[in-house]
Amino acid sequence: MAEPATNLSRLRENIPTLLILAALAATPMIALGLGDPFIVKVATRVVVFAIAAVALNFVVGYGGLVSLCHAGFFGIGGYVVGILAWHDFNAEPLWFLPGTSDLAIALPAAILVSAIIATIVGAISLRTSGPYFLMITLAFNQMFYYGAIALQKYGGDDGLQIMSTITLGPLDVSNRYRFFYLALAVLAITLLLVGRFVDSRFGMVLRAASKNETRVIAVGVDPWLYRLAAFVISAVLTAVAGALLAAGQQFISPVDMGWDRSGDLVVMAVLGGVGVVWGPAIGAAAFVVLELVLSSWTTHWQFVFGLLIVLIVVSLRGGLADLGRTIFSRGSEEATHG
Amino acid sequence: MADVILLVDRLMKSFGGLRATNDLSLEVLRGECHAIIGPNGAGKTTFISQLQGMLAPDSGTITLNGADITGEPAHRRARLGIARSFQITSLVPDFSVLDHAALAVQARLGHSFRFWKNARRDPALVAPAQEAVETVGLASRAKTLARDLSHGEARQLELAIAIAQQPKLLLLDEPMAGMGRKDGVAMTELLARLKKDYSIILIEHDMQAVFSLADRISVLVAGHIIKTGAPEVIRTDPDVRAAYLGH
Repeated sequence: MAEPATNLSRLRENIPTLLILAALAATPMIALGLGDPFIVKVATRVVVFAIAAVALNFVVGYGGLVSLCHAGFFGIGGYVVGILAWHDFNAEPLWFLPGTSDLAIALPAAILVSAIIATIVGAISLRTSGPYFLMITLAFNQMFYYGAIALQKYGGDDGLQIMSTITLGPLDVSNRYRFFYLALAVLAITLLLVGRFVDSRFGMVLRAASKNETRVIAVGVDPWLYRLAAFVISAVLTAVAGALLAAGQQFISPVDMGWDRSGDLVVMAVLGGVGVVWGPAIGAAAFVVLELVLSSWTTHWQFVFGLLIVLIVVSLRGGLADLGRTIFSRGSEEATHG
Repeated sequence: MADVILLVDRLMKSFGGLRATNDLSLEVLRGECHAIIGPNGAGKTTFISQLQGMLAPDSGTITLNGADITGEPAHRRARLGIARSFQITSLVPDFSVLDHAALAVQARLGHSFRFWKNARRDPALVAPAQEAVETVGLASRAKTLARDLSHGEARQLELAIAIAQQPKLLLLDEPMAGMGRKDGVAMTELLARLKKDYSIILIEHDMQAVFSLADRISVLVAGHIIKTGAPEVIRTDPDVRAAYLGH
């Protein structure tokens, strides 16, 4: 008897996620209908930043760790794809490895590189907490930023143009529409993974430790290794987002990994809502679209933008997700208390 | 010696010039409820913190079941079987009563690097957690968030978490702190049931509860244990009366 009821509540929990994915999946149709392919470009940008914001929120919202080096990981992912494509295009081996424009190789490479770097950065940063964690991750972000500028061979501060055609295995994904659906699939996987993680045993430890470390230690768990694992998972998913950005716009530059971009990611997460897995995806969409609309409307768009963010965050304590939650979960509240 | 679960030998801890723990030695027998009483500022909580491992002693040793655990960090001591309920409740505000107990269960079941299965729907966690919650009489509040609990209920939850750890030794730091008369009596009854199954170190200001629950009592004054004995011995001891009860 209980089984169908829990299945129903599980379905209800997933409605916001499914709606977000469905709405995004429909955008190419809208673009075709309106004859405006620019919409797909914007939607791809939304999806890419949604992946990064959802990934960042795994440590911010559930781990209580506000990281300011995630733009760094985003950029590392982008540069791995860009550099491999550069070596492919110029037919020049990277040390002993041939370059590649195949995401089936470049994405795993981005995952591997970002995982190694995140393990080192995390192991050092997690010795601190609170404002010190904020500062040390900020410092790491700037190291990555200036590191990218120093890559003179790959464009330095002009950025790195991808000249070759990006593929995924045998599939040509340089087509704008096809690439959009590839990115959307990655967002869906990210939402699924993070959604499972936060409710797992691992997630319970991470969440409890963010609110009361003493309690977690007292029951016999040292939260350190769990935080490090969460940090690495979050960084790797963010690097995948960066890799997709580079592949999609055929370009990556140090601007994409500045500390202000790290701040943008935190704003997206908070704007959308850090209390639910899908919140930051909404935040990313609102951020990208607002930025676009406001900047075409006035050169002082950042002033209006800041004002709007303050208004939203103050009036909806749980971010934009609160809007959704009041709509979607009214029924389930009654069901659980009834 | 086989029936000694905890042996504390010449423990010392200073904060600046203050000797909070001063040459403290203590033996706790398996299965006994050992109360530690003493005036405010005698160093009771400081002592408990050193037993739990949140504070490192300056010198001295702590032996649990014959193994020296003085150098073990708090989380490993918890795995070795020491559970502490805090004087000031230490909970996770947005976790439910059941979540707290389940967290203690999953901690005892080994590492928590399990990423996929929903912990709240895992019978291996929920069933023992539910049992611990029922033991302390919070079954009707199992789904309530910690931040919505009354003070008395939060104290009960502290105990439920400790029980869910299935400890060998329970450190209870003023389980009745701030409780009303009625809740206090209920808690005393609960502790009377628990002492059948656990070795307990009990710190408590409620003397009625202490004298009804404790098998033995140690009197802590200025970080040093001045007397250990059965309740009736302690009650009539002139030194104890002078140092503590007679004030």
